[in-house]
Amino acid sequence: MTIRRGGFSLRLRVRPVIVGAVLALLALTVSVFTLTSGDFPIPVPDVLRALVGAGDAATNVIVLELRLPRVAVALLVGIALGASGAVFQSLTRNPLGSPDFVGLTVGSSTGALLVILLLGGSGFGVSAGAIAGCVATSVLVYLLAFRRGVQPFRLVLMGIGVSALLDALNTFLILRARLADAIAAQVWLIGSVSGRTYTEVVIVGLGVVVVLPVLVYASRQLAMLNLGDEVAVVQGVRVEPARAVLAGGAVVLAAVATAAAGPVGFVALSAPHIAARLTRAPGANILPSAAMGAVLMVGGDWVAQRILPDRDLPVGVVTAAAGGAYLCWLLAREWRRGV
Amino acid sequence: MATTVVAPVVGRARTRRRTAGLAAAAAGLVVVSMLSLALGTRSIPLGTTWQVLWHPDGSVASDVIHTLRIPRTLLGLGVGAALGLSGALMQALTRNPLAEPGILGVNLGAATAVVVAIAFLGISSLSGYIWFSFAGAALTSVAVFALGGTGRSPTPERQILAGIALTSVLGAFVWAVLVTLPEVFDRYRYWDVGSLADRDHATLVRVAPFLVVGVVWALLLGGRLNALSLGDEAATAVGASPARIRALGLGAITLLCGAATAATGPIWFLGLAVPYVARLLVGADHRWVLGYSVLIGPSLLLLSDIVGRVAAPPSELQVGVVTAFVGAPVFLLLCRRRRIGQL
Repeated sequence: MTIRRGGFSLRLRVRPVIVGAVLALLALTVSVFTLTSGDFPIPVPDVLRALVGAGDAATNVIVLELRLPRVAVALLVGIALGASGAVFQSLTRNPLGSPDFVGLTVGSSTGALLVILLLGGSGFGVSAGAIAGCVATSVLVYLLAFRRGVQPFRLVLMGIGVSALLDALNTFLILRARLADAIAAQVWLIGSVSGRTYTEVVIVGLGVVVVLPVLVYASRQLAMLNLGDEVAVVQGVRVEPARAVLAGGAVVLAAVATAAAGPVGFVALSAPHIAARLTRAPGANILPSAAMGAVLMVGGDWVAQRILPDRDLPVGVVTAAAGGAYLCWLLAREWRRGV
Repeated sequence: MATTVVAPVVGRARTRRRTAGLAAAAAGLVVVSMLSLALGTRSIPLGTTWQVLWHPDGSVASDVIHTLRIPRTLLGLGVGAALGLSGALMQALTRNPLAEPGILGVNLGAATAVVVAIAFLGISSLSGYIWFSFAGAALTSVAVFALGGTGRSPTPERQILAGIALTSVLGAFVWAVLVTLPEVFDRYRYWDVGSLADRDHATLVRVAPFLVVGVVWALLLGGRLNALSLGDEAATAVGASPARIRALGLGAITLLCGAATAATGPIWFLGLAVPYVARLLVGADHRWVLGYSVLIGPSLLLLSDIVGRVAAPPSELQVGVVTAFVGAPVFLLLCRRRRIGQL
């Protein structure tokens, strides 16, 4: 299917569009469902009324002030991580090339931990620390990997080296901290959307609104890069600038997501895998991956809030368990088939 | 860089150079071991160290060396050799230059067992954790290799994916326990950073048999690993059984990783860095890589431990922190300067 209007043309495959739309709907449905449930159950019509500002005062407070920021952060973080993972995996031509693997989330963690444990900060300060850590780490990894161009494999290697370094620093910081601070830091390290406010919504929302269109626009060049640098050059792609734009966008998305929710495990890695299986389309599948990420995050947070009767678990526990189990199942199934 | 052949036709000069390198590595290890005995928050002159090493005279220096530093150094030697070797084995078996005990989930397997021991069985001493961490490490490495498809054509991606998958599930469990039970977290965070300090003679004695058997076992596998690196079909053609080689390798890895992690807690990065350095020095012949790894591993670990002891007196940095701080820049430098050989 091709849409043409003047000089603008867009080629769409039908299946990815449908899959993306269904996933987006699913994410929104789960979000509304999450808004209705909790200590004070609120029926769906009341939630919808509150969302447009027409509910009664108490419902408005619960829905708009308490529950909505958390759900919105989960949705947006899922979108950001899914899209970022899709671009990274495609860019590094490596199914494991997620932001976790090139050291970005560890870098954000270090930034956040320094703020939590050394400066005693919270809220916006922690987010700022995480973004600073992520950006600094990505620049470091990129510079280390740069040598007459950046080879994807070297990028992953440098990421692993830098991650190991920062991981040790993180462990050390936690070891030296007072127990209460260390627990707060540990919860942050697992990834949580509990107690998030509109500050975090704005941070991650801005990132998504600005960067996602750029990445979608650049995905054609990404497809060319995937055919190999030589082919891309022949097709008129300026390889290094294109790579820099794509990687930069993916870094920003990973940074804002981590700033808002901590390094939530596995969403960036598994969302593109699942999306690719659903769409059966080659290439990065950026939008379906983003929608899949959103489903994983809001679904995961719903489970995390309710799996233990009196305990609000960090969402990262659920995404890690679910993502890991999914991957185990996948591997075991392929193994049985003898693939 | 497939320079590996089963019966390598190597120039005599090359063999001589490699042997000389091996001797130099051994000499380096002896020097590092001596330094490990001499240096610390309370440093002792090398001459005195040498003297009281052989003739304990009941002085403070002699006591420090015999009760604290000799066990610590021996533990470092054993654990360093084990981690270096298991990294080399994992990379050879999976033909994946990124394979490492930590990455393949063995550390977290041990951690899970330790958390269970602390949280549900009320075990609180380091010596009590040992068997749990051993069992956890052993079970996870078997599970990772089973899931990664040991018997059938395993690919690097599958192996690493299996490691990530298991790490992730286990990690979720560990985190859920840790954020729910603060007192468990408080104990766990001290175990979670690998350290050679405060391990008594008993620790050493308990893990020593596993370490010794594992090291010998691993070293004997070099030739078979060379056959395996030809690819499964070619290996079968020259009379080797890929499935059996993988099973043997997995056995050695289980012993080595289990014992090392049980003794010190998780130490990251060593298993990744050591085989790299070895390959850069001697190329792809696994017999040489294993031989170099068994010497480079303990050197790097003891060096890191020494740095941790003298870096921030009067307190110590745990060796797990230092291996990463020391190992990572070296690793990064090597990756930048040389072409990294594919396995």
